Amino acid sequence: MATPLSLKELSKKEVLLTAGHRMCSGCGAPPVVKMVLLASDYPVVASNATGCIEVSTCISEYTAWKIPWIHNAFENAAATLSGVETMYRSLKKQGKIDKEIKFIAFGGDGGTYDIGFQSLSGAMERGHDMLYICYDNGAYMNTGIQRSSATPFGADTTTCPAGSVIPGKLQQRKDLTKIMAAHGIPYVAQASPSSWSDLMKKVRKALEIKGPKFMNIIAPCNRGWRSRTDDAILLSRLAVETCYWPLYEIENGVTRVTVKPKEKKPLVDFLKPQGRFKHMFAPENEWMLKQAQEEVEKNWERLLKEEAFTAPKEEAAKE
Amino acid sequence: MPKIVAVTGNEAVAEAFRQVNPDVCAAYPITPSTDLMQRFASFVNNGKVKTEMILVESEHSAMSACIGASAAGGRVITATSSQGLALMWEELFIASGTRLPIVLGLVNRALSAPLNIHGDHSDGMGARDCGWIQLWSENGQEAYDNTIQAFRIAEHMDIRLPAMTCMDGFIISHSIERMEYLDDEAVKNFAGEFRTLNPLLDIEHPVSYGPLILPDYYMEFRRAHAEVMSKVSKVVLSVAKDFEKISGRKYGLFETYRLEDAEIAFVILNSAAGTSKDVIDEFRNKGIKAGLLKPRLYRPFPYEEVGEALKHLKAVCVLDRADAFGASYGPLYIDIAASLYPYKERPLLINKIYGLGGRDYLPEHAELVLNELAETAKTGKVKTFKEYIGVRE
Amino acid sequence: MKPKGWKEVAPGAVITEAGSALKFKTGSWRAFKPKWIEENCIQCMFCWIYCPDMAVKAKDGKRAEFDYDYCKGCGICALECPGKKGNKAIVMEEEGK
Repeated sequence: MATPLSLKELSKKEVLLTAGHRMCSGCGAPPVVKMVLLASDYPVVASNATGCIEVSTCISEYTAWKIPWIHNAFENAAATLSGVETMYRSLKKQGKIDKEIKFIAFGGDGGTYDIGFQSLSGAMERGHDMLYICYDNGAYMNTGIQRSSATPFGADTTTCPAGSVIPGKLQQRKDLTKIMAAHGIPYVAQASPSSWSDLMKKVRKALEIKGPKFMNIIAPCNRGWRSRTDDAILLSRLAVETCYWPLYEIENGVTRVTVKPKEKKPLVDFLKPQGRFKHMFAPENEWMLKQAQEEVEKNWERLLKEEAFTAPKEEAAKE
Repeated sequence: MPKIVAVTGNEAVAEAFRQVNPDVCAAYPITPSTDLMQRFASFVNNGKVKTEMILVESEHSAMSACIGASAAGGRVITATSSQGLALMWEELFIASGTRLPIVLGLVNRALSAPLNIHGDHSDGMGARDCGWIQLWSENGQEAYDNTIQAFRIAEHMDIRLPAMTCMDGFIISHSIERMEYLDDEAVKNFAGEFRTLNPLLDIEHPVSYGPLILPDYYMEFRRAHAEVMSKVSKVVLSVAKDFEKISGRKYGLFETYRLEDAEIAFVILNSAAGTSKDVIDEFRNKGIKAGLLKPRLYRPFPYEEVGEALKHLKAVCVLDRADAFGASYGPLYIDIAASLYPYKERPLLINKIYGLGGRDYLPEHAELVLNELAETAKTGKVKTFKEYIGVRE
Repeated sequence: MKPKGWKEVAPGAVITEAGSALKFKTGSWRAFKPKWIEENCIQCMFCWIYCPDMAVKAKDGKRAEFDYDYCKGCGICALECPGKKGNKAIVMEEEGK
């Protein structure tokens, strides 16, 4: 029987990512990994793209992983895991393995949205039975906060600094969750560590579904976001409450918003505590705040429409 | 009983792969190796092998998936050519540094630009220092035999390194030759069961692959890799001895042809060795003592053995089917020069670049070189240390 | 410990001791130290789940002490702590005071 999703019960389980890893103090990524691993009641084999989690959890003779884990390179966590998963199928078919094992890939936004995008797309299209988890902190944090295609509009990064001529990143983020959904895979979801229960439910659901699954999970980075060391969970919560990072899932084409904010907060509540958006609050950059808010509105409206449009008939009739 | 067949090089290597029957294959099509993998895919889809195939979206992902599959704990193969091997380049180092015994069939082809799909050795030479074992093959028979032996060498517990077998694109991969296939059972027994080492799928013993290694240890890992490379030639010879027992065919680290009493010689890789041997026979008939050395184990290069085999000659020409731009000489020449350098008395050494992008290597080219070598041996003077042959001015 | 020579390093750099990072103590990174005030604790376990460093111990489904060997002092636990009747069960104190 699956462990009940209560913290009391979960705390009796061993956390399969140990202390002694070297992620920065207050990083939002380890809680994500911790929740993903706690959610699974199956043995898990993981792959990891080069990035913060990878370099900080496995250095020299020190590994923080208590599950089989492989890091290959930056752009190929998905392809690498597809190889592991295929060997598993081969050996299982030959009767050399009988255990039920689940396969999870971890990659940051750089290794997922950008350089690893082809590898991810290919592995999803091929239908490998695996879950890909992107921990999205919105820039190449491991190499020192460079812009990625996941960097939000307006953000100040080291390669798109808020300058006197160009005020930070002028493009909108790539909507990777939707792109993965467009692959027609059985399960895609967006989650936040602030909503631990929602996150873990989604992981559980994903692991029960056969085939390729993708989850995009926001993971605040106080170094890159220029915020405090204690606010990773708070910021991930504000991302949800402002609808900047809606929590939803798309299961077999049916979109469902899993957590709807009781009261939608203005985007500035999310932007204000972060130094990377500081310049947007200057009087001459008021247009940036406006544009950022409009983008959130547009995406949120569209998501709600999608939810209504894809809702199963009987549910729609009830409403 | 061995079977006499008339097949192409690609067909022969695909057959070797079928007989070894690996657990996983990940591949991406590229000329001229495409046909090899097409044949293997038909074995998979017709139930002739137990292999699970991953039809990846690029060569980079092919090698990435091979690495994942190999680390998971099983026998893994792939094949590629040219740009495909170039795209794998990053992953080649990771496969070898992680000590994963993947076997890759390389069908040698020129590199872009300009784009060219025909045979030369630029691809294999570009990957010569990536920590893989390289076995080069003159014809389809050698490609078949090398492929079967490659598994035993790569998977040897003292070695555990990936290996690539090389044969010339089109010239060998697409030409039909008479050759011998071994029995399925003989190959199966020869290759043996795959032995795992730290498999990822052993969930009772969780291992971590691919740590970050800082300056305090990186050099120790590289030194250890170099040590393993130094053990390869011994294993190659012992595997060859076992292979001779089932096939009757003898293999060494390199092949020599009429070399023992020769005064002048070629050093040449792969298919062009055949043409060269014919011309050597003609010159021998004229009383000119010519011979040949054809490397088989090119990486790790058996410097000492090659040096010993060549030191008595008066003049040697190394023919390179690839150039190493900016290095002055072709890659094979540099290795031969290094092999001979320790000897006080050593042959004069010249370098010819030939056959790039599938340009024919003709008997007249071999004659030209032998005439020049004979002259060099007589006068003790080198006309040109390096030049392109078979090229229009 | 004497560093290993090249003959002793693991083939392929594979690490066979799972969770060996526990030997690497990160507690010295801390500038601020969390203090647990048990009487204000409602056992919500938020600190346990949100801690990035697995530095909040749990026993029999209940919160136990901080593991100062690993706690980096980020303060997430203190910020997220709901406390009891407005009184936090975790407060941050300057290290060494």
